[in-house]
Amino acid sequence: MKYIDEYRDPELAKGLLRRIEHLARKIQKNIAIMEICGSHTAAIGRFGIRELLPSNIRLLSGPGCPVCVTSTGEIDAALYLAKQENVIFTSFGDMLRVPASGGITLQMIRAGGADVRVVLSPLDALGLAEAHPEMDVVFMGIGFETTAPTIAATLKTAKARQIRNFTVLSVHKIIPPALQILVDSPDLRIDGFLCPGHVSIIIGADAYRPVIRAQRAAVITGFEPVDILQGIAMILEQIDSRQFEVAIQYTRGVRPEGNKKAREVMEEVFETVTAKWRGIGWIPGSGLNPREAYRDFDARRRFVVPEFVSEDPKGCSCGDILCGIKTPKECPLFRTVCTPVNPIGPCMVSSEGTCAAYYKYHLNEKETG
Amino acid sequence: MCIGFPGRIISIDENNFAVIDIGGTHREVCLDIVDEDVGLGDYVICHAGYAIHKVDEDLAKEKLAFLKELIDHEIY
Ligand code: SF4
Repeated sequence: MKYIDEYRDPELAKGLLRRIEHLARKIQKNIAIMEICGSHTAAIGRFGIRELLPSNIRLLSGPGCPVCVTSTGEIDAALYLAKQENVIFTSFGDMLRVPASGGITLQMIRAGGADVRVVLSPLDALGLAEAHPEMDVVFMGIGFETTAPTIAATLKTAKARQIRNFTVLSVHKIIPPALQILVDSPDLRIDGFLCPGHVSIIIGADAYRPVIRAQRAAVITGFEPVDILQGIAMILEQIDSRQFEVAIQYTRGVRPEGNKKAREVMEEVFETVTAKWRGIGWIPGSGLNPREAYRDFDARRRFVVPEFVSEDPKGCSCGDILCGIKTPKECPLFRTVCTPVNPIGPCMVSSEGTCAAYYKYHLNEKETG
Repeated sequence: MCIGFPGRIISIDENNFAVIDIGGTHREVCLDIVDEDVGLGDYVICHAGYAIHKVDEDLAKEKLAFLKELIDHEIY
């Protein structure tokens, strides 16, 4: 397929590995690189990239999976809405198996009779609303800046078509405020960030300036093996030369200025609010809620969702894993109680969750560093 | 979750929806938030039912060729 195979070329990968080895020898000291995109986490596991790197280069996974950073309280709100009379609750598939308080999931309440449906696009949810005017269709708006503009555009369409039975439970999060917290964290010394390719299509390169100001490397990177290896090499080059800049490896996807039109739609529909991230806590300006002009499409207002006293799953270390403080093998539940079939925390549910990626690709103890 | 997939536009309708070809599979995507003019034959990166970016083919080819050259000449 075009734009995929070329970036899996073994010769290119070998050449880049040589380059990485050369730079790692030259730099000598230990280097920690964090990926802040679940698709990177999955690709790094899938292609065995962690095992190929020199021993002084360590890859950490950050809070890059929207499902994983969703707080238990937000999932409680989803369950509350899905249980309402006359509601069709729609969501991207990953959300269905994430435990809310007490270990209950959307999937479980669906088995109990709730009308919960998986959609691939918010437009499909809007289509359901048009097809079922007698029902209230609620869509769970989850995702970072890649996804938020698609929900915003769907809400614009819903408003233009005067669809009255469609609302969104917005648990969207945006990356830069969380990144700032990671950069400022005294417990965590990250030398460089593999910045998310598809989030950056929308937000562009400027959003990562704070990383550079803190004298860390930032490279916006694609998702194939050649992309990731080249991204790592570019980070090492910045560290070696001490010339920090937001570089774009993923040039076929990202323009420095991002997608202005998508940002405008997002800004027209949503305003930023303080949001709670699993593992990190409340971050000002990191969440998105529908603006006043879109209040009729806000599920929290339509249904008056109560405040929940929510508890995270007992013994789950997702919080520390999302901040790169722990690896999954340091969680006592990993692979014993918690498996992809019976996930305790969200990091094991989503295929992009760090625990799921480790479970799938790092079964060998030696490799789980 | 932020998965985006590249596809080639094979048709565009009057509602600004395109059918894209992804290695033989066809999908419909909305063109409302893509930032540039797109037309038949263009590659776009799609996510959650929307095209979000037009791939600059020349730039992509050029960068890949440059990387190949660095590696072939063992500069890397
Ligand atoms: S292994 Fe399971 S319980 Fe442990 S941190 Fe990961 S998701 Fe949570």
